[in-house]
Amino acid sequence: MSQGVILFPSIHFVLHAEKMIKGKGFSIDLIPVPRQLSSDCGICMLIEWERKEVICTLLEERGVKVEGVHPLPQKEN
Amino acid sequence: MIYFDNAATSWPKPPQVKEAIVRFMDEIGANPGRSGHLPSIEAARVLHETREVLSICFHVKDSSRIVFTHNATESINLGLKGLLKPGDHVITSGMEHNSVMRPLRDLEKKGIELSIIPCSPKGILDPLEVEKKIQTNTRMVVLNHASNVTGTLLPIREVGQVARKHDFLFLVDAAQTAGACPIDMEEDGIDLLAFTGHKSLYGPQGTGGLVIGVRVKEKEMIPLKQGGTGSRSEFEEQPDFLPDRFESGTPNSVGIAGLLAGIRFVLEKGIEQIQKHEISLIRKLINGLKEFPQVRLYGPESGLDRIATLSFNVAHLPPSEVAFRLEREFRILCRPGLQCAPAAHRTIGTFPEGTVRFSLSYLSSEEHVDQAIQAVGQLAQE
Repeated sequence: MSQGVILFPSIHFVLHAEKMIKGKGFSIDLIPVPRQLSSDCGICMLIEWERKEVICTLLEERGVKVEGVHPLPQKEN
Repeated sequence: MIYFDNAATSWPKPPQVKEAIVRFMDEIGANPGRSGHLPSIEAARVLHETREVLSICFHVKDSSRIVFTHNATESINLGLKGLLKPGDHVITSGMEHNSVMRPLRDLEKKGIELSIIPCSPKGILDPLEVEKKIQTNTRMVVLNHASNVTGTLLPIREVGQVARKHDFLFLVDAAQTAGACPIDMEEDGIDLLAFTGHKSLYGPQGTGGLVIGVRVKEKEMIPLKQGGTGSRSEFEEQPDFLPDRFESGTPNSVGIAGLLAGIRFVLEKGIEQIQKHEISLIRKLINGLKEFPQVRLYGPESGLDRIATLSFNVAHLPPSEVAFRLEREFRILCRPGLQCAPAAHRTIGTFPEGTVRFSLSYLSSEEHVDQAIQAVGQLAQE
């Protein structure tokens, strides 16, 4: 399954997002921002790419500021 | 031993506070939000969750507007020095602690105009007096929620309405009330709420914060310090968003872990229940001490318009001697003198000698109060 990341302006919003969607059946993880991407915060949220719309709508409804949503960059060899 | 110096710092703390501190040291330990490793994320979760429970305490909608500091003094300094500019006018009361008066006196030298509303000898403030002091350049009103000398509650909700009506900011020093009295940022019309963690929120010393209300333009508010925040590391300019803008440098994460346990204790008991218990104890103390004609009590007597902090004097003995003898002969700890609030003592007529102060907490008991009444009675009747 393809994965993506959600970027946030600061660690506060990463953790706020985590709290808001915890226990709602999403498979997520907090990981360092991949070096191909740039974010104001060093941590981002790893998500299942196909569920990005549902998650982003949910976060928006709860007032969590999202900086960007990107497919997980392929690992370089 | 009876500890009646809770207005300085609460003791004992609920055991879970120490346990949370030990757990943080043993199992987390890392710097919050500075790295991508799990302990660092876990430390950041502790800070985030503490903001979340604080937002329940003070009815804050967006917990990112809660900034951690080391104590209420730092929070008050941040609110005042971050927002006031030469030419601005500030209103405060005659019952303030030096945490408010000293920064204001310093700002006065830098061109900020200051008006001080006199209070009654019981420390009571008439909200109409605030309106009388308003000028065209009034920018802020600063009040303590309760006096650390007399325990008198100030009418913050009424003053909050005045501040909204005339469109200036309202800074509340809740050092003595956060956790002990209900506080509602919105209903009380508060724009800046300075709180400490180590008193009625039962956290360790070195914890506190400032709630920055939505009417405050944080981008225009100047931080007391700049530095690393773990965010926007590629830029050499300070972030302009909350809470990072005002949280440079490694925070007291281990202390905040303890504070989180303290706040959870408060929320579990319920702030209204805590207040009810403390009022019943202070009423008992007031009624007991009133029986001795040699004892003079200060502040309101009813119990409804006060917190569980009481100032008194024993006719023939200086406050320092009363405190010393209470400790040595009765093992009762309290605080004599001016309690860092000379303005309040001028208002109640006890400057420069001061008073003896008993300050209780939710963990004080009726037995403590009975023993204290007996001890003071013995000294008074000598």
